[in-house]
Amino acid sequence: MTSPVAGGVDCDLHPAVPHLTSLLPYMNDYWRDQVTTRGMTDLVSQSYPANSPISARPDWRPAQGKPGSSLADMQQEALDRFDVAYGICNPLYGVQMVFSEDMQDAFCRALNDWLVKEWLEKDTRLRGSIVIPTQSVEKSVAEIERCAGDKRFVQVLMLVMGDVPLGKRALWPIYAAAEKHGLPIGIHAGSAYHNPPTSVGWGSYHIEDYVAQAQAFQTQLTSLIVEGVFAKHPNLKMVMLESGFTWLPAFLWRLHKFWRGVRMETPWVDRAPLEIVRSNIRFSLQPVDAPPEPEVLNRLFDHMQSDELILFSTDYPHWQFDGDEVLPEGLSPDLVRKIMIDNPMATYSRLSQPATKEMTR
Amino acid sequence: MNVQLRDRPEAASTTAIKTAIADCDIHPARATKDELYPYLAKRWHTHLETYAVHAYQGMMEGPPYPKAQPNASRRDAYPPEGGPQGSSLSFMQKQHLDPNNVVLGVLNPLGATGQGQRNHDLGAALATAINDWQIEKWTSKDKRLKGSIVVANEDGVTAAAEIRKRAGDKNFVQVLLLSRNVEPLGQRRYWPIYEAAQETGLPIGVHAFGFGGNPITASGWPSYYIEEMVGHSQCQQTALASLVLEGVFERFPKLTMVMVEAGFGWAPSLAWRLDKVFDKLHSEVPHLKRKPSEYIKDHIWWTTQPMEDPERREHLFQMIEWIGWDKLLFATDYPHWDYDEPSRVLPAGVSDSNKQAFYLDNARKVYGVI
Repeated sequence: MTSPVAGGVDCDLHPAVPHLTSLLPYMNDYWRDQVTTRGMTDLVSQSYPANSPISARPDWRPAQGKPGSSLADMQQEALDRFDVAYGICNPLYGVQMVFSEDMQDAFCRALNDWLVKEWLEKDTRLRGSIVIPTQSVEKSVAEIERCAGDKRFVQVLMLVMGDVPLGKRALWPIYAAAEKHGLPIGIHAGSAYHNPPTSVGWGSYHIEDYVAQAQAFQTQLTSLIVEGVFAKHPNLKMVMLESGFTWLPAFLWRLHKFWRGVRMETPWVDRAPLEIVRSNIRFSLQPVDAPPEPEVLNRLFDHMQSDELILFSTDYPHWQFDGDEVLPEGLSPDLVRKIMIDNPMATYSRLSQPATKEMTR
Repeated sequence: MNVQLRDRPEAASTTAIKTAIADCDIHPARATKDELYPYLAKRWHTHLETYAVHAYQGMMEGPPYPKAQPNASRRDAYPPEGGPQGSSLSFMQKQHLDPNNVVLGVLNPLGATGQGQRNHDLGAALATAINDWQIEKWTSKDKRLKGSIVVANEDGVTAAAEIRKRAGDKNFVQVLLLSRNVEPLGQRRYWPIYEAAQETGLPIGVHAFGFGGNPITASGWPSYYIEEMVGHSQCQQTALASLVLEGVFERFPKLTMVMVEAGFGWAPSLAWRLDKVFDKLHSEVPHLKRKPSEYIKDHIWWTTQPMEDPERREHLFQMIEWIGWDKLLFATDYPHWDYDEPSRVLPAGVSDSNKQAFYLDNARKVYGVI
């Protein structure tokens, strides 16, 4: 196996909200009352059934409680074990599934405040992602503005399957706010389930939903590129989280061919898709959807024509690899250093800044 | 801009490519709107005049995403006698079949063919009509051309009857489905189609396109034609994942399928992802007895157009190594604008035996045409 180096950045950790009631202290009286009197249940997404094998690595599954709900476990099993300098928390609590923008807003605010209090303040290595209520662009921008003063928030988090394709212009104020504050947009696997979870309808099995995440990332990359998000926001970085990346070369070959054929339709796309990906898009390491032979993977890195695209991640506590084999076999020491340290540090500019807290309210 | 700047020479009458080739994706068109009427009962003439077709999308005429060219077709492919591109056999022969030395051409009729119809009786009538039309207008007039059995895809039982009705008819070499349907293609409503195809020994061609009422991405409707075009590969990946994970190839072990016009460069990554997650979630799909990639390797063939286009062509060949040179079927997509030119599609460095397989032998084998 390839050994990780010390001082890396784990770009995809999933602290779990134990239960919706855990967020009650972070809600106002009205929402506390709504949750309680209406008998609302826990917001668990179909994407991660609690006992499904992929929801937690067998040796990372706690005796009780949700996988990822204990800071001590995360420290021991991920942060200490891989000796990282920073770990970025991407809470996957099912707030995006809510349909009311008011309720979603209240839950997102509570979730972000919970993350600060229960995680970021308890381990100085941890950094957070701002979860936004995408039902309302206005409220999403307001939540970014509310949290951005706390430099421990290093990105804005969205799901790959939402209400509309991510390139749509209506969403651009979110990207403007993120760019202004030096926050990349992290796009994580998962669905709000406001659309069928595949582009050809509802499948029968969880395994289908999981496989379909990769196709959803592909269509989102097309949308982001051809709508012109990066022509308008050239300094905006986006990170595809838990997307897989071995599909990227063939995807770009196809996109490039059609872009050459019909670029008259989107004339503002003034750079080749591959160049836009190289300058603005990054991918988390796990899952590595490739066969175990090192030569195949190295060939794929060759096909990507860049060693700056991949950012180290464990996807803790999800089950993507066993033992300490977080890095696939056969990577050069230079590439390992880039994946673990240089690429994340270059992507998340806030990691190089003092983690001061200037909460606006 | 896509403007024709130079006069094009008359369609060449000399052979531009020396090797005999199969073209596994040719789109025959109707010259006039009522060209199918002779094959439809009077009742449907009146129905079509009154209500037209009833698809799973909003536009009465034209596609929801306007194409890059009229009829998505080459500007030089209008037949001299009039009518849309691809509607004249003599001009198709002169412009494409003869100069490109096509010895086997597989017809895939698109448009209002009976697929993706909300009115299932109309769908069945149109499918039968388009099949009769393929024989009379095309395959009986040029023996190089072979038809695809078009079926009313959302009504599996009726579709299976149409397949059985055509069983043994040498005018047809496959059953045609589209990638985007009301449900993912592995779902049981479509199993009667697979049962009939296996029974009659016909492959299923799954061509990109179609509308089934679902947004064409898992995050809703995109804005542009280019998104739909690039997105066909994602829809095809999902449809194929559904076919594998539902156990279609376990249930119908002799069934073969051809993925048409959706690319193939994505196949290895999809197979790797399927295998990796299958290791962990096998218990959810115990009906699968083998790794997902094994079903793909044994049951799936791929047409080539539009060939993925990397900066360095050897990258594509490395993907083909995984897929297998014996699994690719050359296709041009004539008369569509994103046509792949037979003489230019493969660069130097491919062995003669791989070329022979790629251009002709694989197609003959899959389609059972000597």
